[in-house]
Amino acid sequence: MNLSLLILLPLLTAIIILLMRNAAQVKWVALAGAALQFVLAFVLLFTFREQRADGNTAQMLFETTYNWFPSWGISFHLGVDGISVAMILLTAFVVIAGVLVSWNVTKMTKEFFFLLILLSLGAYGFFISLDLFILFFFLEIAVIPKYLLIGIWGSGKKEYSANKLALMLMGGSALVLVGMLGIYFSGAERSFDLMKLSQLNISYQTQMICFPLLFVGFGVFTALFPFHTWVPDGHSSAPTAGSMFLAGISMKLGGYGCLRVATYLMPEGAQEYATIIIVLSVIAILYGAFATMMQKDLKYINAYSSVSHCGFVLLGIGMLTKTSMTGAVMQMVSHGLMTALFFAVIGMIYERTHTRQVSEMGGLLKRMPFIISILFIVGLCSLGLPGLSGFVAEMTVFVGSWEHPDTFSRVATILACLSIVVTAVYILRAVTKTAMGPLTTGFENLSDATWNEKLAALILVAGIIAIGIAPFWLNDLIRPGAEIIMQKISIPK
Amino acid sequence: MNDFLTLMKPELVLTGIIFLLLFVKLGKGIKNEPLLLIIQVLLLLNFLSGFFFNEEGTLFDGMYLTTNMIVLQKNILNLSVYLISLLFAGWFKKSEHMPEFFMLMLSALLGMFFLISSGNLLMFFLALELATIPVAAMANFDLDKKRSSEAAMKMILSSAFSSGILLFGISLVYGATGSISFAEIPLLLYGTPLEILALVFLFGAFAFKLSIVPFHLWTADVYEGAPMATTSFLSVVSKGAVAFVFMATLYKVFQPMETVWYNMLMILSIATMIIGNLFALRQQNIKRFLAFSSIAQVGFIMVGISSSHPVEGVTSVVYFILIYIFSNLAAFGVAAAIASQTNKEEIDDYKGLYKTNPFLSWVLALALFSLAGIPPTAGFFGKLFLLTAGASKGSYLFITITALNMIISLYYYLRVIRSVFMEKNEKPIEKIKIEPSAKLALIICGAAIVLIGLLSWIYDYIQSLI
Repeated sequence: MNLSLLILLPLLTAIIILLMRNAAQVKWVALAGAALQFVLAFVLLFTFREQRADGNTAQMLFETTYNWFPSWGISFHLGVDGISVAMILLTAFVVIAGVLVSWNVTKMTKEFFFLLILLSLGAYGFFISLDLFILFFFLEIAVIPKYLLIGIWGSGKKEYSANKLALMLMGGSALVLVGMLGIYFSGAERSFDLMKLSQLNISYQTQMICFPLLFVGFGVFTALFPFHTWVPDGHSSAPTAGSMFLAGISMKLGGYGCLRVATYLMPEGAQEYATIIIVLSVIAILYGAFATMMQKDLKYINAYSSVSHCGFVLLGIGMLTKTSMTGAVMQMVSHGLMTALFFAVIGMIYERTHTRQVSEMGGLLKRMPFIISILFIVGLCSLGLPGLSGFVAEMTVFVGSWEHPDTFSRVATILACLSIVVTAVYILRAVTKTAMGPLTTGFENLSDATWNEKLAALILVAGIIAIGIAPFWLNDLIRPGAEIIMQKISIPK
Repeated sequence: MNDFLTLMKPELVLTGIIFLLLFVKLGKGIKNEPLLLIIQVLLLLNFLSGFFFNEEGTLFDGMYLTTNMIVLQKNILNLSVYLISLLFAGWFKKSEHMPEFFMLMLSALLGMFFLISSGNLLMFFLALELATIPVAAMANFDLDKKRSSEAAMKMILSSAFSSGILLFGISLVYGATGSISFAEIPLLLYGTPLEILALVFLFGAFAFKLSIVPFHLWTADVYEGAPMATTSFLSVVSKGAVAFVFMATLYKVFQPMETVWYNMLMILSIATMIIGNLFALRQQNIKRFLAFSSIAQVGFIMVGISSSHPVEGVTSVVYFILIYIFSNLAAFGVAAAIASQTNKEEIDDYKGLYKTNPFLSWVLALALFSLAGIPPTAGFFGKLFLLTAGASKGSYLFITITALNMIISLYYYLRVIRSVFMEKNEKPIEKIKIEPSAKLALIICGAAIVLIGLLSWIYDYIQSLI
């Protein structure tokens, strides 16, 4: 399979959207494009598994290279391993759900869908690129659509949130840029190629400087404490699809970058800084969870809980075992699906009740059974109920973390586990208050989900349940990739 | 003779056009509109002529030299002058003295051509004067506005001052080495204190022209007061030409003193970026805003120059300037289109512009994103290559400060974007009627901003010319 299709398809969709005359055409083109992406992602999954089953053990499959700025050693080098395939699947799920949920956007419809598709282009490009330069290129491509989506279609203090998000993310990418240039000039041969760089032994000193730059830089994207402050504002001000893309895809760019670039290229640096990463991620997990307890707005609840859940991704990476690394990627996929669904449901509720305050809602289950059932599913997934994806992913991280026998790691793991209790408290409180009890007056005539909303929700629920019931297919997909990233790292026993 | 014709072709063609305009002016027979069309066609031909019959060589005992790279630089300047003639068509048509304006502009351009080609300090000084004095007259072209005269006055005074500094530097160079030929000077430089002093004075003169901090004080006032066409000429053509020469002088003439000027460049570059960015944050007037943003951009150019790599440094700087020309001209073009009909130049006036003028808004957004260095616009590639070239010296601190400055600059570029796209306005600027030629130029700029980065062969082409 030619991977450039994953870039060309969104690009083509975006261009066709620009040529469309009216809003209806735009929507259908966007949906068709998203559906094709969805199909393409599955084609990729099956061909990938087929190749692996046929005994193709190359680290990266479907590699293609095009010359691009050869004088700088930049090439358009694409390729995927299991981790990338998992992330691409996640992106495809979130994109199609996001397009479906946005069916009722009336303000500047063409621009809205254009930016959504552009955002997906950035994400696909990021996950398939094996060259630091184009990786960085796609990382930054995604920033401007986010900025405009929040600033134009958002709600509340949208300008402030959009600015904060753009500046913090660009700050993160500035750090990535410096770290990237540090690696580029460190070796005997100047190259941005990830595969080439992984063969070189980057000197210890360079790793000590560049690892924190790259890790923190990517960490900003994935809400690394204390650089998580854009998350609550950005997510809560964004339009529904914007929040879904932000939390579902965009935050995962950071986690993927931490893995693929920082940890893979600089294993020694990762080991040196592991303690700090673990401390920061445990703080993020607990702080995020406790901060969520205090929130009254549904979107803020999910935004802060995203900080907490993304903490598990960083914890999994910081623990540096094969299992915890696998768990980190699973958590990325699981959280991506879950949080996208959560935001979609919140959007649906808000569209009907025009409020996101938990205290102003009650008894909605009677009026919109479908939407509230989905809210239950996603809430249970968030608090880690077995059978849904959240449990699988967090469990894997914990099991991986427990492989470390030392007291520090044990304490960190236990503290992180504690957050699950807190999660249960805030999720159950919010969900029961919204769904149960007497119906709030004024909400008697609310309607249930429309076809597009149902379809969007069902697609995401299918993903969550599939991972929850049969985690092994995802595990088998991710694990070889995680093992390669870990091959230069030895755990002290 | 043949040599003379081919080597000096850009200058000769330009001189021809200037004389033609002179005759037109004497004849007084042609109205502004057809004349503008003729001028635009002539400038287009002038630009195209730069791609044929090019040779490398020297004339007049090395006083004048040309290489493929120099021809490319002249082509870039030709292109920007052509774009200026398209972009400001609305203003030109209204102007009483359009032929004079073009004569002055082309004379300044001629000066820049000689400047780029000069192989001797004397020639260099003459060319720099030729490139400066007409611009001061151009700054005075809004004849009924006081600010315009004030701008011209400030421009000519500061230019005279910098010429004085330059002459002093030249005399010191001559005193130290006994030569004024660019080919000989590097062989005679040893880095003695006198030579360092000479370098400092020459550097200061360049800093004036490029508005490098602390020699930037004239920039914002002149940009604000001068007519938009002059401002964009100053910020694009003049800056571009001087940056080319600045780089060539440092790389070739002062090559033995590399460590000295590397440190100077680094410190001044950091100061320029920071001051330019911080002042741009608070500007309300779009012209002043673009003035400070262009100061900051010069800071970035200096990062690329500081790499002192004869291939990477030169290529990345020329590449960046090519992109910068399109981005800055697009921004000025949009501002001019709005100002010429509504007289509105404040950023707050741009609120809600997207509702009424989507085309102008998108072009402005592209231009600003490109200036901020955000992909997929070409500015991203330009800035990244400048940074990469600069990083080859291995100073993490320098590169980190530069990268952080990109964020500050993003903040104020986003401020304009926010006004245009997000903020509500009771009375937004009405639908602007854009001149067809200005629209063409904006489309060219927009397409260039998107495509120059993605088409990597452009970069390779520039590199192949070295």
